[in-house]
Amino acid sequence: MKCEKCNRPATVLITEIRAGKKTEKHLCEQCAAQVEGFPTKAHTPINELLTNFVLAHSGLTKEEAGSCPQCGMAWADFRQTGLLGCEHDYAAFDKDLTPLLQRAHEGATHHLGKVPTRRGGTSVPVKRQLDVTRLRKELSRAIEAEDYERAAKLRDQIREAEGTP
Amino acid sequence: MKLSDLTSQAGEWLRGSGPMSDIVISSRIRLARNVSGFPFLVRCTRTQRQTLEHKVRDTILAARLSPKTLYVDLENAPEIDRQLLVERHLISRPHKEAQGARGVAIGENETLAIMVNEEDHLRIQVLRSGLQLEEAWEQINAVDDQLEGTLDFAFHPRFGYLTACPTNVGTGIRVSVMLHLPALKLTSEIEKVFRAAKELRLAVRGLYGEGTEATGDFYQISNQTTLGKSEEEIIGDFKHLVIPKIIEYEQHARKSLLNDRPAALDDKIWRALGLLRSARLMETEETLIALSHVRLGVNLNRVKDIDINKVNELFLLTQEAHLQRILGKKLEADARKAARAEFIRQRLSAE
Repeated sequence: MKCEKCNRPATVLITEIRAGKKTEKHLCEQCAAQVEGFPTKAHTPINELLTNFVLAHSGLTKEEAGSCPQCGMAWADFRQTGLLGCEHDYAAFDKDLTPLLQRAHEGATHHLGKVPTRRGGTSVPVKRQLDVTRLRKELSRAIEAEDYERAAKLRDQIREAEGTP
Repeated sequence: MKLSDLTSQAGEWLRGSGPMSDIVISSRIRLARNVSGFPFLVRCTRTQRQTLEHKVRDTILAARLSPKTLYVDLENAPEIDRQLLVERHLISRPHKEAQGARGVAIGENETLAIMVNEEDHLRIQVLRSGLQLEEAWEQINAVDDQLEGTLDFAFHPRFGYLTACPTNVGTGIRVSVMLHLPALKLTSEIEKVFRAAKELRLAVRGLYGEGTEATGDFYQISNQTTLGKSEEEIIGDFKHLVIPKIIEYEQHARKSLLNDRPAALDDKIWRALGLLRSARLMETEETLIALSHVRLGVNLNRVKDIDINKVNELFLLTQEAHLQRILGKKLEADARKAARAEFIRQRLSAE
């Protein structure tokens, strides 16, 4: 089908209901963009979506953090841009970020992938990080296999490795 | 290597070779990394940004990641060069438009591109033709290891690699597979792709990534989850679950077009070819749509006198920066349409 206004192929169907009367227009994207009230961007950029998502959900958590002692970024600044100020923000806003990460990453709160051989910005020895990563992988496998006895043991080992009681 | 050396041939992503290349255009993996000790870019001062750019550039060049690595200083590069890099998928649109010290390192026949000072300090990308996710992962993992030998990347035992946007944290990985799905579009079954992707929480986007439309029947499938899964698991989901399914849908749609509606199929293909061989003014978008149908025709062996590489090349060379580079002059919109039509006619004239 051709666009009603020009000769390009019609890819958009606009249905308008005005005063109870329904009219349909077959248009190409360029002509459709001229129609009042028609959203010109059919696909919202993914980053925009994610940012909106971050902004929408970050307000739901009780704000406990003030600002990052290293870069001075406030939680409110992050809510405006969706971008963090420095690597230390993750620790500074831990409590606020966690529920947000869970929503963005299918419930995940812990990294399970590659670990650098050098230490990066943390003081945690790499060997221990590797162990914890491996243990966590095993834990999720144990849970999947419904081997809860093993899962409980692994959980204790992870706690020990992380130094948390 | 100079930037001008790139212009005359198709980039890696459109080389049209590699496994399943009649449907899978390219496999891309990128890793987001930040250098520990520097703030993320929104909090960097001008000086910090410059220092960082120098440090990362020197590291990349010293690492000898490939025999010939080209580094482009984007702060001082002309608009047309930056647009050219976008068209070749070597930099993102935001990176082209940004301000301040930033650049891109390009190596290994354009399979490797490292953006410096984009949203994160480093955005390492490996791009391969066809379905080559494992090869791409091997290559990018090795590059990451090499850079990590010199640079201290921001990493947290619980959160993983730390990124400016929390949606990238953890692995910092984005896997994108670009697919050419003209038959699913023609049979109005493209919704199947969106459904298959949604099941695995993957995003479907257009030709130039974020915020672009699916023009010319090109669809890019990318992961959104970066935390709580290993790189191999994320790649495995693509390789074993979603991509084979979509390939099967497209193959099925191609078969049913051939069996049930051969005349309608040929009409689409030959109209497109007629347009490309005759038109005097061609816009970018209608060029992409027509080339897409011709590509389908060549891949289904309905068109026999055109080489698939010629079609693949045209997708790239008819875009504005490439066209102007080839012709060696700046062209306004109308002149560009005429030049594009002429260029296509020349390339597609009988051999």
